[in-house]
Amino acid sequence: MSTVEAATPAPEVPRPASSSSMSDRARKARKALSNPWASTLAVVIAILWTIPTVGLLVTSFRPELDVRRSGWWTVFGDALAGEGVFSLRNYETALFDGSTNLATYFVNSFVVTLPAVFIPITVALLAAYGFAWIDFKGRDFLFIAVFALQIVPIQITLVPLLTAYVDLGVNGTFWAIWLSHSAFALPLATFLLHNFMKDIPASLVEAARMDGAGHVQVFFRVVLPLLTPALAAFGIFQFLWVWNDLLVALIMGKPDTFPLTVRVAELAGSRGGDWHVLSAGAFISMIVPLIVFLSLQRYFVRGLLAGSVKG
Amino acid sequence: MDWLLHAGDDPGHKFLLMLIGIALFVALMGIILFVVDRPRNPPRWFVGFGFTGAALLLLLLGLVYPAVRTIANSFMNRNSTGFVGLDNYARAFTEPQFLLVLGNTALWVLVAPIVATFAGLAYAYLVDKSRFEAVAKGLVFLPMAISMVGASIIWKFVYEFKPAGVDQTGLLNQFIVWLGGEPQQFLLSRPLNTFLIMVVFIWIQAGFAMTLLSASIKAIPDDIIEAARLDGVSGLGMFWRITIPSIRPALVVVLTTIAMTTLKTFDIVRTMTAGQYGTSIVALEFYDQRFRQGDAGLSAALAVLLFVIVIPVIIYNVRQQRLSEEVR
Repeated sequence: MSTVEAATPAPEVPRPASSSSMSDRARKARKALSNPWASTLAVVIAILWTIPTVGLLVTSFRPELDVRRSGWWTVFGDALAGEGVFSLRNYETALFDGSTNLATYFVNSFVVTLPAVFIPITVALLAAYGFAWIDFKGRDFLFIAVFALQIVPIQITLVPLLTAYVDLGVNGTFWAIWLSHSAFALPLATFLLHNFMKDIPASLVEAARMDGAGHVQVFFRVVLPLLTPALAAFGIFQFLWVWNDLLVALIMGKPDTFPLTVRVAELAGSRGGDWHVLSAGAFISMIVPLIVFLSLQRYFVRGLLAGSVKG
Repeated sequence: MDWLLHAGDDPGHKFLLMLIGIALFVALMGIILFVVDRPRNPPRWFVGFGFTGAALLLLLLGLVYPAVRTIANSFMNRNSTGFVGLDNYARAFTEPQFLLVLGNTALWVLVAPIVATFAGLAYAYLVDKSRFEAVAKGLVFLPMAISMVGASIIWKFVYEFKPAGVDQTGLLNQFIVWLGGEPQQFLLSRPLNTFLIMVVFIWIQAGFAMTLLSASIKAIPDDIIEAARLDGVSGLGMFWRITIPSIRPALVVVLTTIAMTTLKTFDIVRTMTAGQYGTSIVALEFYDQRFRQGDAGLSAALAVLLFVIVIPVIIYNVRQQRLSEEVR
């Protein structure tokens, strides 16, 4: 999150290799001159960057006793000697064992995340359209106010919000968590979607208005279809944010609604030495965001470049 | 009513609630749009607030009102029943326990964003000249996808300690043993532990920095680079005299964005040490004071401090952007 996106030159997203424009050929020429040392170093660093994750991943498939007795790197030697033992036992324990029971929390993560992505996007879409294409009194002031709210750290809002939920009797329910995430996401969502909407040629919207279409028709028939990439970009953003969130889930939730992050963090505190369960648990909590991220990375990067990041 | 609020531990019930929640919001938005569309010639403010009203209301109730309440609470005692003036702030700035927290936070804000940005920049520059660019960038970017809780567990395992004489299971201690040293309890010794926890944050954020900076490096026009090359600029000179000045605005954005994320990050410290061994930071202490010590006033003051520290970062950001606008 930042207040400066407006002034940031929107950098070009690297184009797919299939287009053969001038600059693309220049790029290929530069590639051909690529420095072999730079290539080697880049790959080595990328591998070093990944080693900690690999270590935990390997551990999650090792038997408990092995995990306690020897480092994960010894498996490569063992595997060559034909002694390596791997199993899904740790995952089974982490998911279904009474003391960890991550399967329940997996469900919670989904139930928390989907509405917390869907609701703010819907609300922000309408607001962004209003700010972009309806000329009403006070519009500019209100838009700047919404934009400025991006700088408010959510820590400052959490406790009074919780008190209000307690007074209303909805504390610890999914509703409280959905509403909190929705409110926190709105400034960035409205701002981002507004920027994307402003990119739609004004003539397109005006032509539709001339033809007698009301704002609601223009919204559904003209604007919404053109906005799919923007929605995907922000949707992934918000999905990763909510799925990976710990603070809001911890404060607003109860054991019935806790998502994976809260439970796994709890395990890290209470069973910090049980690396066989902890490693499997960590990967159970990471698998969904990794899949979403890897399959939709293109949109994620576009969203990042368009609006910087929320934090 | 209770059925709509609490799902207990029945997964089917939970999913049903989720669908109801989504459907309710679709219906609500539908009704709003239907009402807005009703009148033949509606006044502009009516349509305008029809579209933006829901968002404004949610922001007012979910963000503005609670923030004001927190500011008010920061001047109240631990139960928010009596006015105590600036006492909470005075405590935060005088008691050694909180001075340590503030010091750690300052260390985080000064070190983590700069290292993360520089690492991202160096890698973006390096990878721009290399083959396998997509894969290499993908691997460095990957930590962005996972939760900070997950990342902390990954690194806690790297720092794992076993007494000397036993086989090490933590990678870092194994390296130390291979080099002939004594295994260390890394997370217990101050101030090293704070830096080691920062490594987790940097590991995540460098990918973010790299992605944004790589895009702006690629946006540098080829003729500028050609001209510099014809003038005999190369290697590091190219990096310092051409690349850095060209991407300066993006650098400022990345640096300040990461600085703001740093301030608000609480998951990492909480998962790594729970703030023990002198590693706590304001974002975590705010939580501990409210939910462990039960001191609402002090907790509110710390939350307000968090907000106050963000402001200079933002001012710096806006000023730098203005400057680069003028140059252009």
